[in-house]
Amino acid sequence: MSELERLTARLAAVLPPGAVITDPVRLRTYECDGLTHHRATPGVVVLPDGAEQVAAVVRLCGEHGVPFVARGSGTGLSGGALPRTDGVLIVTSRMRRIVEIDIPNRRAVVEPGVTNLAITEAVRDQGYYYAPDPSSQQVCSIGGNVAENSGGAHCLKYGFTVNHVLAAEIVTPDGDIVELSAMDAGYDLLGAFIGSEGTLGIATKITVRLSRAPEAVTTLLAAFTSIEAGGHAVSAIIAAGVVPAAIEMMDALAIEAAEAAVHCSYPAGAGAVLVVELDGPHAEVEHQFAAVERICRDSGAFEIRVAASAAERAAIWKGRKSAFAAVGRISPAYIVQDGVVPRTALPRVLAGIDRLQEEFGIRVANVFHAGDGNLHPLVLFDDSVPGEAERAEIVSGRILDLCIEHGGSITGEHGVGVDKARYMPRMFTGDDLDTMQLVRCAFDPRGLANPGKVFPTPRLCGEVPGVRKGAHPLVEAGLAEQF
Amino acid sequence: MDPELIKDCVHCGFCLPACPTYVLWGEEMDSPRGRIHLMGQHVEGTPITDAMAGHFDACLGCMACVTACPSGVRYDRLIEQTRAVVEREHVRRPDDRAIRALVFALFPYRRRLRAMRLPMRLTRRLRAFLDQVHPSLGAMAELAPAVPRSVRLPPLVRARRRRRARVGLLTGCVQGEFFPQVNAATARVLALEGCDVVIPPRQGCCGALSLHAGREAEARKFARRTIAAFERAGVDTVVVNAAGCGSSMKDYADVLAGEPGWAARAEALRTRDLTEFLTELGPVAERRPLPVTVAYHDACHLAHAQGVRAQPRELLRAIPELELREIGESAICCGSAGTYNLVQPEAARELGDRKAERVLAAGADVLVSANPGCTMQIAAAVRRAGKGEIRVAHTAEVLDASLRGLEPGILGRSPIRRRMP
Repeated sequence: MSELERLTARLAAVLPPGAVITDPVRLRTYECDGLTHHRATPGVVVLPDGAEQVAAVVRLCGEHGVPFVARGSGTGLSGGALPRTDGVLIVTSRMRRIVEIDIPNRRAVVEPGVTNLAITEAVRDQGYYYAPDPSSQQVCSIGGNVAENSGGAHCLKYGFTVNHVLAAEIVTPDGDIVELSAMDAGYDLLGAFIGSEGTLGIATKITVRLSRAPEAVTTLLAAFTSIEAGGHAVSAIIAAGVVPAAIEMMDALAIEAAEAAVHCSYPAGAGAVLVVELDGPHAEVEHQFAAVERICRDSGAFEIRVAASAAERAAIWKGRKSAFAAVGRISPAYIVQDGVVPRTALPRVLAGIDRLQEEFGIRVANVFHAGDGNLHPLVLFDDSVPGEAERAEIVSGRILDLCIEHGGSITGEHGVGVDKARYMPRMFTGDDLDTMQLVRCAFDPRGLANPGKVFPTPRLCGEVPGVRKGAHPLVEAGLAEQF
Repeated sequence: MDPELIKDCVHCGFCLPACPTYVLWGEEMDSPRGRIHLMGQHVEGTPITDAMAGHFDACLGCMACVTACPSGVRYDRLIEQTRAVVEREHVRRPDDRAIRALVFALFPYRRRLRAMRLPMRLTRRLRAFLDQVHPSLGAMAELAPAVPRSVRLPPLVRARRRRRARVGLLTGCVQGEFFPQVNAATARVLALEGCDVVIPPRQGCCGALSLHAGREAEARKFARRTIAAFERAGVDTVVVNAAGCGSSMKDYADVLAGEPGWAARAEALRTRDLTEFLTELGPVAERRPLPVTVAYHDACHLAHAQGVRAQPRELLRAIPELELREIGESAICCGSAGTYNLVQPEAARELGDRKAERVLAAGADVLVSANPGCTMQIAAAVRRAGKGEIRVAHTAEVLDASLRGLEPGILGRSPIRRRMP
């Protein structure tokens, strides 16, 4: 009998009926998240209904030395929730209560399975909203947002998840329930936890900041003949001192996909569209709008549309927000890439992507948060054509190389997960990675929390199941301290 | 299960929050994405296990996921194909088989439904007993509406004022037997808007229940008969006032794709939901004030399967002094879903309770529902919540009351409907 089997036999005692899944057919439905080219059938799936149950499962994992992976809605795009065949998949989809809404203090306490959008929906009537808005906000869970430090179109002005989480109750890899708060004195452990991709524990309750809905919102859609012209407009807007709530760009291929999916009726013949949203007090928005409109025209926009109502604004956004999945309409398969480059390098990087398309005969649709240089190239391929998937994979990797070359990063908001772990050494030195491992080991010395993610190769204590023997090499060399 | 259709799913998960069973249970395999994954497993060679069939059976077929899907996955086709495969390849438990046999021997046949009128008066009293025999029988007893006096419609209702169109009217099985006043109202509204309404007396079931349950051969038989009935009546447009029937009739060409002659005949028959038809036609009859607050319920087979959401609201808003309210979570199914509340009574009950809570929260005088199944389901859930008889009217009845200048008090309290003891 394996340790996993021994552990599985004990799960029923700590979980409600129906919360342990062992049927092989059912288990396979959990084999991947939003990134489907990494698959692994979990050893067992549990659906806990509260922090105590999560803690009990994590403690059992510790006792048996079995790895565990947390999963929310399973929409991640870096394989962060890829299960372990020898481990437990802890799914938070039943922990979806909004525990408390505290308008006077502008905060809400929610369980991790609550969707991002559900928070906004719960407070919209009172004039508030939860600011970070990943494109998958209608389905992605707040627990997953915390794990990935998710962004979204409006992060240019308002910041990422880390700027909107005030506290979190977490289950540590030891199975303790601990409260981390932004108000804590000393090390910013909450800051370390957010974006740790499930390697430092599992959030079981999250206190988020609620933001006041802006007095005025103006959304405009500007159509350009080329992506360069659009890129020029972006730089000019930022240079003019305007910080829009969002600036999004889509190229012709992405527009074609969105058009096919949601009939968003973007201007015909556009080589690129720019969605610019301004929000704030009326006077400020009006003033900035005039500037943005002028800049777009000066940069060669041939059509500018302004949303006159909430419905029209939603229509403009619908095209952008459904773009990823919509690409399914124009290509049998695709890879969503996520990289960051300095805004000023955008034209050069886009030209580089064009060259890759030609060299490999692979189409790339570009959707990006242009304001902060966060690219989302969608690498299209047909998996029934031999060799095409491999070529797409190469193009996808080369795009990240381009980002690094131009001083950018391998991920803006989707996380490293399993998919990009191998690119980490291109960005970080061995010492960098070892230092990160020290942080991880401080929380999870046995390496049971989401092993195999973020870090490229089994290194140090992190990747080896079981207790590490001896001191860390860096500690031994006197280069670091282990807490 | 068409592998090409399965491949369209990119696993983004946008369907999850739209799916009623995922909303209830939060399990991947009871979400559209999970079910498509299960279909994929079967295509790759995994036999249909009890567990797999259970997850397919738990799908309501509400099509909310089709609305939510940005990749255009034809889940509607996939689940229909899947249900047919389950019917062919999977051996159900004996009690499940018996209940399904009973349901499909009864509901698609008006004369058999008519014969049930007398026993139905007793069923509510026997509910506790029936529930013990089998939860599905208990559900049937609970859902049974107060039986109205039957209404006999003439084969032709002539247009009042100048004739603008000539249409057929599908009277339906459950609609016709349990809610005959809805068909009468539909015919009147159409006539007042200038339509000759042809009502073939010998039309049968449209096949919706069979089609949505994977009983392909039966569905095709009903489809052919319905097409023939309206061809004989000499109409090329059929107006339907029951959401489930309309959606299946619009699919006839696909259902009969294997029979080219019939597929072409199906293609030639234009099916329109009543509200869709009236909106396209445009109003001519005078709307008289109807001072009443109504909450409009989106039937899944209207909103999701046919994309008809705006038209009924537009027609209702055009009635002077009528206030229209929205129901929270309107895109989530009430749990009726054809025969779902009979074969999956527990899940249906949970969804019904959820819907009843939101319907009551809307605080309207009358609930407007355009599908007989939803009407019975929500009324039963409201009774269960201890809130008595909710007033439910079909969109056609509300329009009829406005066109004829009736008092709003009669809506959902039709004098021909007797309260059950």
